[in-house]
Amino acid sequence: MRGAWHVLMAVTDTSPRAPSRLARRLKTAIGLVLALAATFLGLLLVTFIIGRVVPIDPVLAVIGERATQEQYDAAYRALGLDKPMWEQFWIYVVNAVQGDLGRSLLTRQPVAQDIARVFPATLELATIATIFGVLAGIPAGVLAATRPGSWVDQLVRFVGLMGYSMPVFWLGLMGLLLFYGMLDWVGGPGRLDASYEMMFEFDVPRVTGMILIDTALSGKWDIFRNALSHIVLPAAVLGYYSMAYISRMTRSFMMNELSQEYVTTARVKGMPEWRVIWVHALKNVMVPLITVIALSYANLLEGSVLTETVFAWPGLGLYITNALFSADMPAVLGGTVVVGLVFVALNMFSDVLYRLVDPRAK
Amino acid sequence: MLGASPTVLAAATPADTLVLADGIDDIVSLDPAEAFEFSGIDLLNNTYDSLVELDPLKPGELIPGLAESWSVSDDGLTFTFKMKSGITFASGNPVRAEDAAWSLQRVVKLNKTPAFILTQFGLTPENVDEMVKAEGDTLTIKIDKPFAPSMFYNCMTAVVASVVDKETAMANEVNGDFGYEWLKTNTAGTGAYVLRSYKPQDSYVLEARPGYWRGDAKLKRVFMRHVPEGSAQRLLLEKGDIDVARGLTPTDAQGLRGNADVTIDSDMEGYIYYIAANQKKDPLNNPKVLEAIRYLVDYQGMVDTVLKDQMIVQQGFLPRGYLGAITDTPYHLDVAKAKALLAEAGFPNGFETTLSVRNDPLRMEMAQAIQNTLGQGGIKVTLKPGAGAEVLGDYRARNHDLTLQSWGPDYPDPHTNASTFAWNPDNSDAAKRTGVLAWRTAWDAGPLTKMVDDAVQERDTEKRRAMYEEMQKIHRDTSAFVTMFQQIGVTARRNNVGNLYTGGTTDQVTYWYVTK
Repeated sequence: MRGAWHVLMAVTDTSPRAPSRLARRLKTAIGLVLALAATFLGLLLVTFIIGRVVPIDPVLAVIGERATQEQYDAAYRALGLDKPMWEQFWIYVVNAVQGDLGRSLLTRQPVAQDIARVFPATLELATIATIFGVLAGIPAGVLAATRPGSWVDQLVRFVGLMGYSMPVFWLGLMGLLLFYGMLDWVGGPGRLDASYEMMFEFDVPRVTGMILIDTALSGKWDIFRNALSHIVLPAAVLGYYSMAYISRMTRSFMMNELSQEYVTTARVKGMPEWRVIWVHALKNVMVPLITVIALSYANLLEGSVLTETVFAWPGLGLYITNALFSADMPAVLGGTVVVGLVFVALNMFSDVLYRLVDPRAK
Repeated sequence: MLGASPTVLAAATPADTLVLADGIDDIVSLDPAEAFEFSGIDLLNNTYDSLVELDPLKPGELIPGLAESWSVSDDGLTFTFKMKSGITFASGNPVRAEDAAWSLQRVVKLNKTPAFILTQFGLTPENVDEMVKAEGDTLTIKIDKPFAPSMFYNCMTAVVASVVDKETAMANEVNGDFGYEWLKTNTAGTGAYVLRSYKPQDSYVLEARPGYWRGDAKLKRVFMRHVPEGSAQRLLLEKGDIDVARGLTPTDAQGLRGNADVTIDSDMEGYIYYIAANQKKDPLNNPKVLEAIRYLVDYQGMVDTVLKDQMIVQQGFLPRGYLGAITDTPYHLDVAKAKALLAEAGFPNGFETTLSVRNDPLRMEMAQAIQNTLGQGGIKVTLKPGAGAEVLGDYRARNHDLTLQSWGPDYPDPHTNASTFAWNPDNSDAAKRTGVLAWRTAWDAGPLTKMVDDAVQERDTEKRRAMYEEMQKIHRDTSAFVTMFQQIGVTARRNNVGNLYTGGTTDQVTYWYVTK
């Protein structure tokens, strides 16, 4: 996906005739749209094919165990499975372009509507987790890089390795037992306590679907606080994994940067060490780090199935997994398309940031 | 570890709300004409009523629902229900015989999965307007054969026979769908509660309506939250953030037993777990081999270990609590006897076969235990795990060898299981009776088919009971099924929650009597 995008960008960028800035920008924009369209179509094709080759009968998922052959046949036709494959794909693409991702077999709701309901929960969680990951991961990585081999470095490495190897399910449950069950510092599974959940359901106008934002907008600070107490733990668990990744990457980028000549020059000129590291070197490290952070964020946006299961968090990961287990292909495919779009969007976003941060990329 | 936790004052759920946690992602529809999953029909039992109902306090006995009295003609072909007066739907509309007739007609015309509960009485989309008629306060239903009246009434207690508010549903009709699209996520009944909000795979809220004809519900709201993970439910319950947990694993339930704030109730459920042996496959169609397999399952051993607190041994095809259920369990693990039987059948060294199983943890454990004991007898089993729909698809296509399956009754009458385990009038592939278990496993039920047909028309209930007992014994000893277990449901509640009736094998949960 990313590959295709970069190739296309490269084609537009290395065009021999680049007459005016406007034309160049226009070309970039057209390339962008084409790349997006190609990516989107490819995504749809792949998901469509996956949906047809899995050895699971989508009709059974609709009608259940009891149905007679007659009911089976009726459902088969209703799903359009009697039409030729290319026609089914065509219908799928036309509908998808109009924002109609079909109807979930499991919830019987339009998939787009389902995703609009579950995605904000994941977005909220992933965003806070990423903020945790960045705030902890970058300083840890920098500290480790500036004192290679020291106990700080060892500690960061150890914590990072734990992050890579500890099962999230276990970590989540242990966190719940300790911080919710025993210490009572945080809220339990779910996005809100039952009483607040009903208040949120009935008294708070829905704007974004993200509880923290919607309650802040309507000034319901008691619900906001309760939501915060519920999101802290799952966000910390997910943030831990993202921190482990970001700190390792920061460390290696930083080590590389600190061996560059401009760093030596700055030091020779008598610049204070903190300024060399936290201003000059870090600024250059940020360029590759943006991609790292964006990828880690995108990963979280797919929704973490296990975290969402442990914390009863009604997000995208749980939705897609439920759909997978029940052979609810419209929901799986719809979810996959959305995840794909998120990846594309974050890629574009990091490319834009890239250009802003790195003057060479302008 | 939790036992050591300090007693924290319960975070307290709202005093007027019953807060429950369960896995509710099985709900596909809230239209009574379509809903057929546990969570869905539990919800509907509290938002709709039917003409006659089962007494929540005396399981198995009929009590009036929206009908005040009922009777059957001498030929057994015409049932008459006289409606109570003065009852209203949640919308305020009065309940009329016309609503009751229309509700049954729409089930037959929509023909969703549970429709067969009504159409088995000879109702078709073409004739239903003639067969089901309202006149004044009286509803008449004609059926095509003189079924046992108990069978007919039992079916009328099923959720599919709920009385729907015709005016409200039709006001939301789209393209002649009888309000189906709207009723999938809304309720329009006479029940104690009204659906206030429903978020699939997340939560629902029921709100008590004033003026419920049985008396107002004790609690104003019911809030059901989807918590898929048992240990998360346990934590929530221990902290008092929920009042009732309905999806605990045995480990969680065990862990809760020491907790003084929590009470654990066990309740028999209708699910029967069984193995089906495909009769199109050699040597599974050899009666001696089938008998050997019956002696190669460690029923009691599994109940004592992997199935502890989850199942009891049940070797008849009817769940305990049903008319005619048998409770003796003559089969037990006997490797020597099984080996002798296999030798008689011509397989002194056993044979190889496969066992397909849905890949959930409990079933996988059961399958492994069965694989182990079959192996002791010389039958080398390869497990074939798969997603639910995958395993089911294989079974319906008659492609399995052995398959580990479960079956829950569709309505509270023994015919529901008899007609699928022991009835198969045409065993040919062309018959395509994919809904009938005996057909799926290609077993010709022989004389049992007629016994099933006779039992469902027997008007003397005691004779009927004896017929089911007899056919189950024959089935247990000679069929292609090894019926093994009946499921137990565990519900854990905070001590302050009272009068929670979970429905047992024949009914659904009842919230309107619940106090806290």
